[in-house]
Amino acid sequence: MPIHEKSLIRPENLLTHENLEIEGVDVSGHWSTFIESRVVTDYNEALEDEIAALPGGENIHRCWQCGSCTNACTVNALNPDFNPRFWIYLVRTGMEQELLRDKDIIWQCVSCHKCTYVCPRDVVPEGVMKATAHWLELKGHRPKSPSMLFDEVFSEQVFATGKIEEGRTLRGFFKRTGQPLTQDWLVEMIKRLLRHLPVKLMITLGLANVIQPRTRGWAGARAAIEEYVEEQEARQRQALGLDRPPATGAERPLAEAAE
Amino acid sequence: MEERYKKVAYYPGCALEGSGHAYNRSTKAVGEKLGLDLVEVKNWNCCGAMEVKNIDPKLQTYLSSRVMSIAAKEMGFDTVMAPCNGCYHNLKKAEYDLANDPDSVEVVDRLSKKAGHETYEAGEIETIHALDWIKQAIGEDGIRARLENSLKNLKVANYYGCMYTRPRHIFPEKDQGPDSESTTQPHFMDDLLAAAGAEIVDFPLKTSCCGGAHTLSDSDTSTKLVLNLLRAAEASGADVIATECPTCHSGLEMHQVRAEKRFGVKTSVKILYFTQLLGLALGLKPKKVGVHENISDSMAFVKEKGLA
Ligand code: SF4
Ligand code: SF4
Ligand code: SF4
Ligand code: SF4
Repeated sequence: MPIHEKSLIRPENLLTHENLEIEGVDVSGHWSTFIESRVVTDYNEALEDEIAALPGGENIHRCWQCGSCTNACTVNALNPDFNPRFWIYLVRTGMEQELLRDKDIIWQCVSCHKCTYVCPRDVVPEGVMKATAHWLELKGHRPKSPSMLFDEVFSEQVFATGKIEEGRTLRGFFKRTGQPLTQDWLVEMIKRLLRHLPVKLMITLGLANVIQPRTRGWAGARAAIEEYVEEQEARQRQALGLDRPPATGAERPLAEAAE
Repeated sequence: MEERYKKVAYYPGCALEGSGHAYNRSTKAVGEKLGLDLVEVKNWNCCGAMEVKNIDPKLQTYLSSRVMSIAAKEMGFDTVMAPCNGCYHNLKKAEYDLANDPDSVEVVDRLSKKAGHETYEAGEIETIHALDWIKQAIGEDGIRARLENSLKNLKVANYYGCMYTRPRHIFPEKDQGPDSESTTQPHFMDDLLAAAGAEIVDFPLKTSCCGGAHTLSDSDTSTKLVLNLLRAAEASGADVIATECPTCHSGLEMHQVRAEKRFGVKTSVKILYFTQLLGLALGLKPKKVGVHENISDSMAFVKEKGLA
């Protein structure tokens, strides 16, 4: 079993002298490995509040860093850099730059709820992962992840019609992510599926593609949902300070800069 | 035995009308064979699966609440049976939130009023899974008494996935002693299929994740997770994995093919819904329970095992 957290020391912070003798003792090579001390000054003090303002992030303040979430995590078992406990620590201490190093993997949380199951503090780490992934995108630190695009394609369809037709969702997703539908494994799967399928069912499934399934009388729900989504988007943008003019350096608005 | 489970409101969910067609067919066929009554929720909507919560969890709660509102207020039911883990989980989660979180209650009430239907109130509906339904309404003895075609030649690994047991707090009835379901070692499917004669293998990954949420958006991760499950099942000596969720089921089938195509790893374990296996044991024909609709080709397999 590897010591997972060792990976948290970035290679550039490790110092090893090829040849080093201290008071007559040869400590060359890995005997002389040190972690370089560093000074962090660029805290983002608003970071925890910003994550807590997004859905799922509400309980982040409760974390006491026990590490149970990371220990139970499905994705951590595949990639030791995927570390919910560590990211929660970074958010709570405002270490934004450090967090940004992992911006391209945080969205990979598969929502298995193992972390939420084991967390002794009811942090709902799964929700915190979603909130953090969302925050990265809202703040423009990375483009929307394939997962976010899928959630959007799916949800738009539910909001519009009340139901999902999987073929439509699949095509919509591939289109939005610019992937071809003719992936070898998809084609193979469909071939296997069609081998025994009765014509009647094929027609039914085909028709679902054309005649989109919908929930009757959905218009009221649709309007209510859309209004709620807009209201929440505005609230989140405000919480993240996205509607305020940028306040620093070259980006300072002209009027302010002219003072 | 739970008498009131003999007639329940049925919430199939979107997947059962598409890729999970065989699960829908076999659930209904088994229900009919067992004399259980399913009344489909009128004009239901999608529960939001694993996606809408990432846009906003309270919307997911609203979507589930609408389904429960119709079942309770318009149809007069007190129990909804959902065979899809995603639907089951979401309805349970909505029930929990509406019983415990005033903000969720406020949002659901506001949206329900605008949408023009009655607001669902916590406590009106008990949501159960297809496993609870058969286990509580018929039970192991009931299955044994009706057995026409024992599954005695089958070695089965039961796969429950994530959403049926996690997180624990939304399933207050679980972990309540030997007769209740366990969230760490679920056994309802084991119990039912063992009663149907199958040999249940010791499968250590019964509640591991198949990566279903990212099946298309992070396919390599899903393929790796599924491959783990398939290989563990084979190593446990299983010749079939029994499933109880359309997303888990199609995830296993899809990524079994994808693992073969992309990673060059072929696995031969079969994947069947537990309702398909139960149906065969109760004497239903393979087509009646949709074995021909699965991607993993099991028609020859069930014949070879004397189940057709
Ligand atoms: S399990 Fe909970 S308390 Fe422990 S580190 Fe993870 S989030 Fe924090
Ligand atoms: S829900 Fe996400 S963070 Fe939590 S254990 Fe699963 S993959 Fe890891
Ligand atoms: S998880 Fe199952 S398939 Fe689903 S209604 Fe609920 S979603 Fe649509
Ligand atoms: S096992 Fe897979 S499909 Fe089933 S609930 Fe977990 S992620 Fe979803």
